[in-house]
Amino acid sequence: MLPYLVAVWLLLVGLYGVVTSHHLVHLVLCLAVAQASTYVLLLAVGYRTGGKAPIFADLPPGTPVVDPVIQALTLTDVVVEATVTALLLALTVQAAKRFGSVEPDALGALRG
Amino acid sequence: MSRRARGALFGAATVVLAVVLVSAVAELPRPSAPPPRSAKLSTSVSLHERHGTDTVAGVTFDLRGFDTLGEELILFVAAIGSAVLLRAQRDPELLERAAHAADERRPRTASALRALGALLVAPMLVLGGYIVTHGHLTPGGGFQGGVMLAGTLLLVYAAGQMAALERMHPQALVELADALGAAAFALVAVGGLVFASAALANFLALGVAGHFLSGGTIFVLEVSVGVEVTGAIALVLNELLDQTLIREG
Repeated sequence: MLPYLVAVWLLLVGLYGVVTSHHLVHLVLCLAVAQASTYVLLLAVGYRTGGKAPIFADLPPGTPVVDPVIQALTLTDVVVEATVTALLLALTVQAAKRFGSVEPDALGALRG
Repeated sequence: MSRRARGALFGAATVVLAVVLVSAVAELPRPSAPPPRSAKLSTSVSLHERHGTDTVAGVTFDLRGFDTLGEELILFVAAIGSAVLLRAQRDPELLERAAHAADERRPRTASALRALGALLVAPMLVLGGYIVTHGHLTPGGGFQGGVMLAGTLLLVYAAGQMAALERMHPQALVELADALGAAAFALVAVGGLVFASAALANFLALGVAGHFLSGGTIFVLEVSVGVEVTGAIALVLNELLDQTLIREG
Protein backbone atom coordinates (compact mmCIF):
# COMPACT_ATOMS: atom_id res chain seq x y z
CA MET A 1 0.00 0.00 0.00
CA LEU A 2 2.81 2.43 0.86
CA PRO A 3 4.25 2.66 -2.71
CA TYR A 4 0.77 3.47 -4.02
CA LEU A 5 0.38 6.26 -1.48
CA VAL A 6 3.81 7.57 -2.46
CA ALA A 7 2.61 7.63 -6.10
CA VAL A 8 -0.52 9.57 -5.14
CA TRP A 9 1.55 12.00 -3.07
CA LEU A 10 4.03 12.55 -5.94
CA LEU A 11 1.19 13.29 -8.36
CA LEU A 12 -0.46 15.77 -5.99
CA VAL A 13 2.74 17.53 -4.98
CA GLY A 14 3.74 17.80 -8.65
CA LEU A 15 0.38 19.33 -9.52
CA TYR A 16 0.72 21.74 -6.60
CA GLY A 17 4.06 22.83 -8.05
CA VAL A 18 2.56 23.31 -11.52
CA VAL A 19 -0.31 25.43 -10.20
CA THR A 20 1.79 27.65 -7.93
CA SER A 21 4.83 27.95 -10.22
CA HIS A 22 6.43 31.33 -10.93
CA HIS A 23 8.91 30.10 -13.55
CA LEU A 24 8.35 28.02 -16.68
CA VAL A 25 11.40 25.80 -16.12
CA HIS A 26 10.22 25.16 -12.57
CA LEU A 27 6.80 24.34 -13.99
CA VAL A 28 8.24 21.80 -16.45
CA LEU A 29 10.20 20.12 -13.66
CA CYS A 30 7.09 19.98 -11.45
CA LEU A 31 5.31 18.26 -14.32
CA ALA A 32 8.20 15.75 -14.40
CA VAL A 33 7.68 15.14 -10.66
CA ALA A 34 3.96 14.56 -11.24
CA GLN A 35 4.79 12.13 -14.03
CA ALA A 36 7.31 10.31 -11.83
CA SER A 37 4.29 9.14 -9.83
CA THR A 38 3.38 6.84 -12.73
CA TYR A 39 6.76 5.09 -12.52
CA VAL A 40 6.23 4.39 -8.83
CA LEU A 41 2.66 3.25 -9.49
CA LEU A 42 3.67 0.89 -12.33
CA LEU A 43 6.62 -0.61 -10.49
CA ALA A 44 4.43 -1.18 -7.41
CA VAL A 45 1.79 -2.93 -9.55
CA GLY A 46 4.45 -5.25 -11.01
CA TYR A 47 6.30 -6.06 -7.79
CA ARG A 48 5.83 -9.43 -6.11
CA THR A 49 7.26 -10.41 -2.72
CA GLY A 50 10.55 -12.24 -3.23
CA GLY A 51 10.50 -11.63 -6.99
CA LYS A 52 13.89 -11.21 -8.65
CA ALA A 53 14.68 -8.88 -11.56
CA PRO A 54 13.31 -10.56 -14.73
CA ILE A 55 16.76 -11.07 -16.25
CA PHE A 56 17.63 -14.72 -16.77
CA ALA A 57 21.29 -14.18 -17.61
CA ASP A 58 22.22 -15.75 -14.26
CA LEU A 59 18.86 -17.02 -12.98
CA PRO A 60 17.62 -20.55 -13.66
CA PRO A 61 14.39 -20.55 -15.73
CA GLY A 62 11.31 -20.75 -13.51
CA THR A 63 12.65 -18.47 -10.75
CA PRO A 64 9.87 -16.18 -9.48
CA VAL A 65 10.44 -12.72 -10.95
CA VAL A 66 8.62 -9.39 -10.98
CA ASP A 67 6.35 -8.65 -13.95
CA PRO A 68 8.45 -7.78 -17.05
CA VAL A 69 5.41 -6.39 -18.91
CA ILE A 70 5.03 -3.64 -16.31
CA GLN A 71 8.74 -2.87 -16.44
CA ALA A 72 8.56 -2.50 -20.22
CA LEU A 73 5.60 -0.12 -19.76
CA THR A 74 7.66 1.91 -17.31
CA LEU A 75 10.42 2.16 -19.91
CA THR A 76 7.91 3.57 -22.41
CA ASP A 77 6.73 5.98 -19.73
CA VAL A 78 10.27 7.26 -19.12
CA VAL A 79 10.84 7.81 -22.84
CA VAL A 80 7.58 9.73 -23.25
CA GLU A 81 8.41 11.87 -20.22
CA ALA A 82 11.81 12.70 -21.70
CA THR A 83 10.27 13.78 -25.01
CA VAL A 84 7.60 15.89 -23.29
CA THR A 85 10.23 17.61 -21.14
CA ALA A 86 12.45 18.30 -24.17
CA LEU A 87 9.59 19.85 -26.15
CA LEU A 88 8.36 21.93 -23.21
CA LEU A 89 11.87 23.25 -22.52
CA ALA A 90 12.21 24.20 -26.18
CA LEU A 91 8.88 26.03 -25.94
CA THR A 92 10.12 27.76 -22.77
CA VAL A 93 13.15 29.07 -24.64
CA GLN A 94 10.84 30.41 -27.37
CA ALA A 95 8.49 31.99 -24.82
CA ALA A 96 11.39 33.68 -23.05
CA LYS A 97 12.63 35.09 -26.37
CA ARG A 98 9.27 36.21 -27.66
CA PHE A 99 7.72 37.64 -24.52
CA GLY A 100 10.80 38.35 -22.44
CA SER A 101 9.28 36.59 -19.47
CA VAL A 102 9.16 33.11 -18.01
CA GLU A 103 6.50 33.92 -15.42
CA PRO A 104 3.46 31.81 -16.42
CA ASP A 105 1.02 34.49 -15.21
CA ALA A 106 2.61 37.07 -17.52
CA LEU A 107 1.90 34.90 -20.57
CA GLY A 108 -1.87 34.94 -20.24
CA ALA A 109 -2.69 37.55 -22.89
CA LEU A 110 -2.89 36.60 -26.56
CA ARG A 111 -0.56 38.52 -28.81
CA GLY A 112 -0.45 38.53 -32.60
CA MET B 1 -8.30 34.33 -12.16
CA SER B 2 -6.33 35.69 -9.23
CA ARG B 3 -3.66 33.60 -7.58
CA ARG B 4 -5.67 33.35 -4.39
CA ALA B 5 -8.82 32.13 -6.15
CA ARG B 6 -6.81 29.65 -8.13
CA GLY B 7 -5.17 28.36 -4.96
CA ALA B 8 -8.56 27.89 -3.28
CA LEU B 9 -9.95 26.08 -6.33
CA PHE B 10 -6.85 23.89 -6.53
CA GLY B 11 -7.02 23.09 -2.80
CA ALA B 12 -10.65 21.96 -3.02
CA ALA B 13 -10.02 19.95 -6.19
CA THR B 14 -6.93 18.33 -4.67
CA VAL B 15 -8.84 17.08 -1.64
CA VAL B 16 -11.41 15.43 -3.92
CA LEU B 17 -8.72 14.03 -6.21
CA ALA B 18 -6.73 12.67 -3.25
CA VAL B 19 -9.77 10.85 -1.87
CA VAL B 20 -10.57 9.35 -5.29
CA LEU B 21 -6.97 8.29 -5.93
CA VAL B 22 -6.45 6.72 -2.50
CA SER B 23 -9.66 4.73 -2.80
CA ALA B 24 -8.61 3.69 -6.32
CA VAL B 25 -5.13 2.46 -5.36
CA ALA B 26 -6.57 0.50 -2.43
CA GLU B 27 -7.94 -1.96 -5.02
CA LEU B 28 -4.61 -2.47 -6.83
CA PRO B 29 -2.70 -5.78 -6.51
CA ARG B 30 -0.48 -6.17 -3.45
CA PRO B 31 3.01 -7.72 -3.51
CA SER B 32 1.57 -10.88 -1.92
CA ALA B 33 -0.95 -11.42 -4.76
CA PRO B 34 -0.23 -14.23 -7.24
CA PRO B 35 1.54 -12.97 -10.39
CA PRO B 36 -0.78 -12.34 -13.35
CA ARG B 37 -0.78 -14.85 -16.20
CA SER B 38 0.68 -12.25 -18.55
CA ALA B 39 3.82 -12.06 -16.39
CA LYS B 40 4.48 -15.81 -16.60
CA LEU B 41 3.59 -16.06 -20.29
CA SER B 42 5.70 -13.08 -21.36
CA THR B 43 8.65 -14.42 -19.37
CA SER B 44 8.43 -17.84 -20.95
CA VAL B 45 7.89 -16.48 -24.49
CA SER B 46 10.92 -14.19 -24.23
CA LEU B 47 13.08 -16.90 -22.77
CA HIS B 48 12.07 -19.99 -24.76
CA GLU B 49 10.68 -18.65 -28.03
CA ARG B 50 12.95 -15.64 -28.52
CA HIS B 51 16.11 -16.88 -26.72
CA GLY B 52 16.65 -13.55 -24.96
CA THR B 53 17.65 -13.57 -21.30
CA ASP B 54 16.48 -9.99 -20.67
CA THR B 55 12.74 -10.53 -20.64
CA VAL B 56 12.05 -6.78 -20.38
CA ALA B 57 13.74 -6.36 -23.76
CA GLY B 58 11.77 -9.38 -24.95
CA VAL B 59 8.51 -7.66 -24.03
CA THR B 60 9.61 -4.30 -25.40
CA PHE B 61 10.84 -5.51 -28.79
CA ASP B 62 8.78 -8.65 -29.38
CA LEU B 63 5.43 -8.74 -27.60
CA ARG B 64 5.07 -4.95 -27.57
CA GLY B 65 7.27 -4.39 -30.61
CA PHE B 66 4.65 -2.41 -32.46
CA ASP B 67 4.14 -0.09 -29.47
CA THR B 68 7.87 0.42 -29.32
CA LEU B 69 7.86 1.43 -32.99
CA GLY B 70 5.33 4.12 -32.11
CA GLU B 71 7.31 5.12 -29.04
CA GLU B 72 10.44 5.47 -31.11
CA LEU B 73 8.62 7.62 -33.65
CA ILE B 74 7.33 9.82 -30.79
CA LEU B 75 10.93 10.40 -29.76
CA PHE B 76 11.91 11.05 -33.39
CA VAL B 77 9.14 13.61 -33.89
CA ALA B 78 9.78 15.29 -30.52
CA ALA B 79 13.49 15.70 -31.31
CA ILE B 80 12.66 17.20 -34.71
CA GLY B 81 10.04 19.41 -33.04
CA SER B 82 12.45 20.87 -30.50
CA ALA B 83 15.05 21.36 -33.22
CA VAL B 84 12.51 23.26 -35.35
CA LEU B 85 11.48 25.39 -32.37
CA LEU B 86 15.02 26.26 -31.37
CA ARG B 87 16.70 26.58 -34.75
CA ALA B 88 14.58 29.49 -35.96
CA GLN B 89 17.41 32.01 -35.75
CA ARG B 90 20.83 30.46 -35.96
CA ASP B 91 23.98 31.71 -37.61
CA PRO B 92 26.94 29.27 -37.82
CA GLU B 93 29.55 32.05 -37.72
CA LEU B 94 27.96 33.65 -34.69
CA LEU B 95 27.89 30.24 -33.00
CA GLU B 96 31.54 29.60 -33.78
CA ARG B 97 32.51 32.95 -32.28
CA ALA B 98 30.27 32.38 -29.27
CA ALA B 99 31.85 28.94 -28.76
CA HIS B 100 35.36 30.43 -28.74
CA ALA B 101 34.25 33.14 -26.34
CA ALA B 102 32.70 30.51 -24.09
CA ASP B 103 35.93 28.51 -24.06
CA GLU B 104 37.89 31.61 -23.13
CA ARG B 105 35.57 32.32 -20.25
CA ARG B 106 35.74 28.69 -19.25
CA PRO B 107 38.95 28.96 -17.12
CA ARG B 108 36.55 30.15 -14.45
CA THR B 109 35.30 26.56 -14.38
CA ALA B 110 37.29 24.45 -11.94
CA SER B 111 40.12 22.67 -13.74
CA ALA B 112 39.26 19.45 -11.89
CA LEU B 113 35.82 19.49 -13.55
CA ARG B 114 37.37 20.16 -16.96
CA ALA B 115 39.88 17.33 -16.56
CA LEU B 116 37.26 14.91 -15.29
CA GLY B 117 34.90 15.77 -18.15
CA ALA B 118 37.58 15.16 -20.77
CA LEU B 119 38.71 11.99 -19.02
CA LEU B 120 35.24 10.46 -18.84
CA VAL B 121 34.29 10.91 -22.51
CA ALA B 122 35.94 7.72 -23.79
CA PRO B 123 34.82 5.40 -20.94
CA MET B 124 31.25 6.75 -21.29
CA LEU B 125 31.25 5.96 -25.01
CA VAL B 126 32.48 2.41 -24.36
CA LEU B 127 29.97 1.83 -21.55
CA GLY B 128 27.11 3.26 -23.64
CA GLY B 129 28.03 1.00 -26.56
CA TYR B 130 28.15 -1.99 -24.22
CA ILE B 131 24.71 -1.18 -22.76
CA VAL B 132 23.22 -0.77 -26.25
CA THR B 133 24.61 -4.03 -27.64
CA HIS B 134 23.86 -6.22 -24.60
CA GLY B 135 20.23 -5.21 -24.14
CA HIS B 136 18.96 -8.68 -25.08
CA LEU B 137 21.15 -10.34 -22.42
CA THR B 138 21.39 -8.07 -19.38
CA PRO B 139 19.63 -4.95 -18.06
CA GLY B 140 19.88 -2.08 -20.51
CA GLY B 141 19.24 -1.73 -24.20
CA GLY B 142 18.89 0.84 -26.93
CA PHE B 143 17.02 3.48 -24.96
CA GLN B 144 19.25 3.35 -21.89
CA GLY B 145 22.55 3.09 -23.76
CA GLY B 146 21.50 5.74 -26.27
CA VAL B 147 20.97 8.28 -23.52
CA MET B 148 24.43 7.49 -22.13
CA LEU B 149 26.04 7.92 -25.55
CA ALA B 150 24.27 11.25 -26.07
CA GLY B 151 25.27 12.28 -22.53
CA THR B 152 28.92 12.41 -23.61
CA LEU B 153 28.00 15.69 -25.33
CA LEU B 154 27.40 17.16 -21.88
CA LEU B 155 30.80 15.89 -20.73
CA VAL B 156 32.44 17.70 -23.65
CA TYR B 157 30.54 20.81 -22.59
CA ALA B 158 31.66 20.37 -18.97
CA ALA B 159 35.22 19.95 -20.19
CA GLY B 160 34.98 23.42 -21.74
CA GLN B 161 35.50 22.29 -25.32
CA MET B 162 32.66 24.16 -26.96
CA ALA B 163 34.77 25.30 -29.91
CA ALA B 164 35.80 21.70 -30.61
CA LEU B 165 32.16 20.69 -30.38
CA GLU B 166 31.06 23.38 -32.84
CA ARG B 167 33.84 22.50 -35.26
CA MET B 168 32.70 18.88 -35.31
CA HIS B 169 29.35 20.14 -36.62
CA PRO B 170 27.51 17.37 -34.79
CA GLN B 171 24.13 18.53 -36.15
CA ALA B 172 24.44 16.71 -39.45
CA LEU B 173 25.73 13.56 -37.77
CA VAL B 174 23.10 13.40 -35.03
CA GLU B 175 20.31 14.13 -37.49
CA LEU B 176 21.58 11.29 -39.66
CA ALA B 177 21.77 8.93 -36.65
CA ASP B 178 18.26 9.93 -35.59
CA ALA B 179 16.81 9.24 -39.04
CA LEU B 180 18.83 6.07 -39.69
CA GLY B 181 17.83 4.50 -36.38
CA ALA B 182 14.14 5.22 -36.93
CA ALA B 183 14.33 3.93 -40.52
CA ALA B 184 16.15 0.75 -39.45
CA PHE B 185 13.45 -0.05 -36.91
CA ALA B 186 10.72 0.46 -39.52
CA LEU B 187 12.64 -1.71 -42.01
CA VAL B 188 12.93 -4.57 -39.52
CA ALA B 189 9.18 -4.25 -38.94
CA VAL B 190 8.58 -4.52 -42.70
CA GLY B 191 11.12 -7.36 -42.84
CA GLY B 192 8.80 -9.34 -40.57
CA LEU B 193 6.03 -8.87 -43.14
CA VAL B 194 8.25 -9.96 -46.03
CA PHE B 195 10.27 -12.84 -44.56
CA ALA B 196 7.94 -14.08 -41.81
CA SER B 197 4.29 -14.03 -40.90
CA ALA B 198 3.63 -10.51 -39.58
CA ALA B 199 5.13 -7.10 -38.97
CA LEU B 200 8.03 -7.32 -36.49
CA ALA B 201 7.87 -11.15 -36.47
CA ASN B 202 11.32 -12.65 -36.06
CA PHE B 203 13.07 -13.62 -39.31
CA LEU B 204 16.64 -14.09 -38.11
CA ALA B 205 18.38 -17.07 -36.49
CA LEU B 206 17.61 -17.14 -32.76
CA GLY B 207 20.97 -18.47 -31.58
CA VAL B 208 21.65 -19.83 -28.10
CA ALA B 209 20.08 -17.92 -25.19
CA GLY B 210 22.80 -16.02 -23.32
CA HIS B 211 25.17 -15.79 -26.29
CA PHE B 212 26.05 -12.39 -27.69
CA LEU B 213 24.47 -13.10 -31.09
CA SER B 214 21.07 -14.36 -29.98
CA GLY B 215 17.48 -13.18 -29.77
CA GLY B 216 17.06 -12.74 -33.55
CA THR B 217 15.58 -9.37 -34.47
CA ILE B 218 15.61 -8.17 -30.82
CA PHE B 219 19.35 -7.57 -31.10
CA VAL B 220 18.98 -5.63 -34.37
CA LEU B 221 16.11 -3.58 -32.96
CA GLU B 222 18.11 -2.78 -29.80
CA VAL B 223 20.99 -1.43 -31.85
CA SER B 224 18.76 0.59 -34.18
CA VAL B 225 16.93 2.10 -31.20
CA GLY B 226 20.32 2.84 -29.64
CA VAL B 227 21.40 4.77 -32.75
CA GLU B 228 18.08 6.61 -32.94
CA VAL B 229 18.00 7.57 -29.25
CA THR B 230 21.62 8.75 -29.37
CA GLY B 231 20.74 10.93 -32.33
CA ALA B 232 17.49 12.27 -30.86
CA ILE B 233 18.84 13.13 -27.39
CA ALA B 234 22.06 14.53 -28.82
CA LEU B 235 19.99 16.67 -31.21
CA VAL B 236 17.95 18.13 -28.34
CA LEU B 237 21.02 18.66 -26.13
CA ASN B 238 22.90 20.26 -28.99
CA GLU B 239 20.09 22.68 -29.76
CA LEU B 240 19.77 23.65 -26.10
CA LEU B 241 23.55 24.11 -25.79
CA ASP B 242 23.54 26.33 -28.88
CA GLN B 243 20.85 28.46 -27.24
CA THR B 244 23.11 28.84 -24.19
CA LEU B 245 25.96 29.93 -26.45
CA ILE B 246 23.83 32.47 -28.31
CA ARG B 247 22.62 33.89 -25.00
CA GLU B 248 26.11 34.09 -23.51
CA GLY B 249 27.84 35.26 -26.68
